[in-house]
Amino acid sequence: MEKLKFAFYWAASCGGCEIAVLDVNEKILDVVAKADLVFWPVALDVKYKDVEAMPDKSIDVCFFNGAIRNEENERMAKLLRQKSKVLVAFGSCACDGCVIGLGNLWNKEKIFERAYFETPSTNNPQNVTPQTRFKVAHGELELPEFYDTVKTLAQTVDVDYFISGCPPPVPRIIEALEAILNGKLPPKGSSFLLNKAVCDECPREKKERKITQVKRVYEIEDDFKTCFLDQGVICMGPATRGGCGAQCLKANVPCTGCGGPAPRVPEQGAAMISALASIVVDPKVIEQIVDPVGTFYKYSLANSILRRRVIK
Amino acid sequence: MKEIVINPITRLEGHGKITIFLNDEGDVDEAYFQVPELRGFEKFCEGRRAEDLPIITTRICGVCPVAHHMAGAKALDAAFNVEPPEPAKKLRELMYCGYYLYDHTLHFYYLGGPDFVVGPDAPPEKRNVLGVIEKAGLEIGKEVIKHRAYGQKITEIIGGKATHPVSACIPGGIARPISEEERQEIERMVRSCLEFAKFSLKLFDDIVLKNTAYVDLIKSEPYTLKTYYMGTVDKNNKVNFYDGNVRVVDPEGKEFVKFAPKDYLDVVEEHVEPWTYVKLPYLKKVGWKGLVDGPESGLYRVGPLGRLNAADGMATPLAQAEYERMYATLGGKPVHNTLAYHWARLIELLYAAERALELVTDPEITSKNVRNKPGKPGEGVGIVEAARGTLIHHYQLDENALAKKVNLIVATVNNAPSICLSIKNAAKGLIKKGKVTDGILNMVEMAFRAYDPCFACATHFAVGQMPLEVEIYDSQKRLVQTLKR
Repeated sequence: MEKLKFAFYWAASCGGCEIAVLDVNEKILDVVAKADLVFWPVALDVKYKDVEAMPDKSIDVCFFNGAIRNEENERMAKLLRQKSKVLVAFGSCACDGCVIGLGNLWNKEKIFERAYFETPSTNNPQNVTPQTRFKVAHGELELPEFYDTVKTLAQTVDVDYFISGCPPPVPRIIEALEAILNGKLPPKGSSFLLNKAVCDECPREKKERKITQVKRVYEIEDDFKTCFLDQGVICMGPATRGGCGAQCLKANVPCTGCGGPAPRVPEQGAAMISALASIVVDPKVIEQIVDPVGTFYKYSLANSILRRRVIK
Repeated sequence: MKEIVINPITRLEGHGKITIFLNDEGDVDEAYFQVPELRGFEKFCEGRRAEDLPIITTRICGVCPVAHHMAGAKALDAAFNVEPPEPAKKLRELMYCGYYLYDHTLHFYYLGGPDFVVGPDAPPEKRNVLGVIEKAGLEIGKEVIKHRAYGQKITEIIGGKATHPVSACIPGGIARPISEEERQEIERMVRSCLEFAKFSLKLFDDIVLKNTAYVDLIKSEPYTLKTYYMGTVDKNNKVNFYDGNVRVVDPEGKEFVKFAPKDYLDVVEEHVEPWTYVKLPYLKKVGWKGLVDGPESGLYRVGPLGRLNAADGMATPLAQAEYERMYATLGGKPVHNTLAYHWARLIELLYAAERALELVTDPEITSKNVRNKPGKPGEGVGIVEAARGTLIHHYQLDENALAKKVNLIVATVNNAPSICLSIKNAAKGLIKKGKVTDGILNMVEMAFRAYDPCFACATHFAVGQMPLEVEIYDSQKRLVQTLKR
């Protein structure tokens, strides 16, 4: 049997998805036995021009991580879509925009102002900002254009499968690779995480689920076993897709939602608000929640119905 | 595969890009190193809950999330005016040592080390971890994979997740104590890592230091920069990754300043250039003089060599012996040879293992006393030594403990001006009379790879062994050559 051709690519991301792939450790040897890695900038010296020269649909599966933050990210998403039979949105940034998507609460101008003018360590009396084209003494230098709005991969090109998580849990990466290598692909649009919520994997004891007062995680005397929602601490477990083994909960930290929307939930933040509405004893309790956008949409703002703040 | 492209390539392809301009004689006039992306954490952290900051900022970098997590944790301790109990500090530091064990191993064997182990002039397809395995043997390759994984496992046990840990998001402590079984598991891994670190130094000795050509290369002019150095030290001025004051030494090695984290704004400023998204830090009191070295220029270097130069030694015996040997070999302090970063990194790997062993065998390490009650929210600065250098998180919180303002000076960013200059020097040293050979590419790359630059951190983009493009222009501004990898 001819070996499959795999590609891994990063756009606006942190590199954690690459590390998660390395964390499959010796199992990577099973992958390279059955598939050739034709493009993986972190590990292989294959150049963008080589990708451009590949025939269309010649890559069997491309795992694409990172959000679409600038011109360059968008161009590579379109190129890899064209060259790949199957495109997998890999990790929270590609699936949901991740925390970078919180940049959609502002725009390019505000983000530049903070980074290049306001920060107290910055000394920039002439208000210099990076330019897409800039003439220097000897010629011209270029930078890719920074966009106002972060987009997910599926908002940019057609995506076949999703494996969310920040980063995707290693056991789920292994399952996804095995499914692909054995030709057992699920229906288009499927997720490679599990069809359950983080709550379903959490070892903490759920009691009445009645919130009388919202608390912050550092304000409670955690007994290490009672459900955080029962203790009044916002935990995104009910609205978040599982498959991570509730690792954060096992470290006594509430779920912050990196797995993206739970199965059959179109909107993670709305699902969490809905879950809370059914367990608070008084609507006034809701008012105690601070930073609702950052709490409910920390990883999914770019992929939500809100998507971004209106630019005036 | 290395490739020479003669046709002009004018688009940036989202990776580090070096542009070299030649003068009429065909010598290097100017070289630019650009970082092509920004993600904007300092803006979108505004308005977030305090306890989310050490979790959101881990996403600056998936290679060194533990460093951001810990700088965030310490910034929150300061902002809430609370000291963690001793066992919590020790657990945090143990997790931090696990991170160093993983990260320095990753760099030496996967990213930077292949230049030495396999050789700087080896074919590019061999200059990777597989080439290292080929040269050193498959058994060694398995050891590399195993010990990198051990480092990750230590973080996972204490931090909850290996990539993007969560447990230190609690100001005044850590959310999770460890059990005796977990302690034993960590101790077993740490002991193995200690032997592995000793082995790695021996490998460096055998392959690099016993080869005079390599030693000459380390000492050669194109790889030398005379800068200031910065690193965190303990009360005895020994290297410390997790806690202490930050010390800066001048290019002669004399103490220039030692400051508490809260005073960082007195010492560091950042300059903005229109041709790169990364900001360029310098010592405020010396000033920004452009991309030049020497005592009149505010450039300083951080990371393994920066730390060793800025300190008086290592706090553990085996690492201290190696520290003394390095300075004896390279001609005393400070060492200005950029390629000595690799050696310094291995000395730190040994220190991380020795220190981790002290911590994991400390009777307090399994204590359940891991949290103190936070005070009222305010302002705080947290500094740790990330693998790549001094890392600063500065948070201002409002009365609801939401972030008002966030400022971040990230490890690789501190080195950004020196990386630009190292590349320029390497290019100047290697390109003469317009003659450019294929070999220049890796030699120029080595100039920046020594820093283990993590541009996911820097502007929050690519990691590790980045694809690289070098464009060379003649004095008529014509593109004469493009080298890519």
